[in-house]
Amino acid sequence: MPFTLPPLPYAMDALEPHMSKRTLEFHYGKHHQAYLDNMNKQIAGSELEAKTLEGVVLSSWNNGSPTPVFNNAAQVWNHTFFWENMKPNGGGAPSGKLADAINASFGSLDEFKAQFKNAGATQFGSGWAWLVADKAGKLTVEKTPNAVTPLVEGKTPILTMDVWEHAYYLDVQNRRPDYMNTFVEKLIDWEAVAKRFEVATA
Amino acid sequence: MASGRVINLARFLGRAAEPAAAAQSSALQYSTVGGVAAYKLPDLPYDHSALEPVISGEIMELHHKKHHAAYVTNLNKALEEYADAESNKDLQKMISLQSAINFNGGGHINHDIFWTNLCPEKDAAPPSGELLAAIEAKWGSLEKFTATFSAKTAAVQGSGWGWLGLNKETKALEIATCANQDPLAAKGLVPLLGIDVWEHAYYLQYKNVRPDYLKAIWKVVNWENVAQRYKAAKA
Repeated sequence: MPFTLPPLPYAMDALEPHMSKRTLEFHYGKHHQAYLDNMNKQIAGSELEAKTLEGVVLSSWNNGSPTPVFNNAAQVWNHTFFWENMKPNGGGAPSGKLADAINASFGSLDEFKAQFKNAGATQFGSGWAWLVADKAGKLTVEKTPNAVTPLVEGKTPILTMDVWEHAYYLDVQNRRPDYMNTFVEKLIDWEAVAKRFEVATA
Repeated sequence: MASGRVINLARFLGRAAEPAAAAQSSALQYSTVGGVAAYKLPDLPYDHSALEPVISGEIMELHHKKHHAAYVTNLNKALEEYADAESNKDLQKMISLQSAINFNGGGHINHDIFWTNLCPEKDAAPPSGELLAAIEAKWGSLEKFTATFSAKTAAVQGSGWGWLGLNKETKALEIATCANQDPLAAKGLVPLLGIDVWEHAYYLQYKNVRPDYLKAIWKVVNWENVAQRYKAAKA
């Protein structure tokens, strides 16, 4: 059975003016869709078809010598995660246990934001910035290149930001810092992040 | 405080082929102002709109005046910090600056070559003479070369470059790809022709369809420049 893309959690124009409809049309409709279509072609008729998407990602990671399937499978997973952690009228601040954990791990929300944006800025090529939680609730910021995801290290990400140029180029061109500021201040769905934190520390 | 002595970019890049790297980086414009060393953003050999309709003026302006300019600015900043760290014998700091020097230095070297590898369509002519003969000997025909080059370059994961290079030892032409801004010299090849496939190189015009960009760009390749580099590399 080929995999399918979950629909976007919101309309394509719902994240305006912070992330344009045009960006989502390409990012979801072309990039994410292409990763899915290409992955399906690659795994057709193989045992990977019977796995979950995470199973395909982990299997194709092949302990650090990724097969050609990995780039597509991981990007399918990463992008679905990405859409899920944004919402219209997002941003603001986390609360409850997540807020406590951020303060405990980073000192303050502002310090977390600075580290998260620094990860995005210093991921020089294509890649992702992540907030990762361990079972004890300790949070760390990580960055990964291209399609790589903390999933392959057995870690539990709770927030991600795509810093491939296609994520922001139509909207802010070279100005990655502007994109990252907008993402952090206006797009993050802190409730979704809190739910993932809950699951990670259960 | 930067001492004003020459900081050889080749010390950090292209270790495997230092003479080639040094030859390349010595062509980069460089000035020393008030004792502070600084690489300079080169001008394009043509107007920003000169490669239309293959590459839009908008892309060329952003690519040159924002992206390449940022590599130069950040390279100079990292080199200045490196010089400070070195004079303070702060080895940890020197090590921590390597990735910024590699990335921004590579970006500067690569784009400095790239602008010269392109020319307006009306000025572009196919390769001839020794270069064409070498291409045909290796790939059968110019068409087969460009098809192979485009296919390999389209397959670059994430950001990177496709290159035609000369293997200094074997004197053979080779196609190679590099990730991010990793300089080709580190693979023991002298760069002759580079095609940037970072998304910023084509996204505003070609969007996700990288293969269309790679098909079109051959119209604006300056084979004369490639031939000059080939001649110099063989010498």
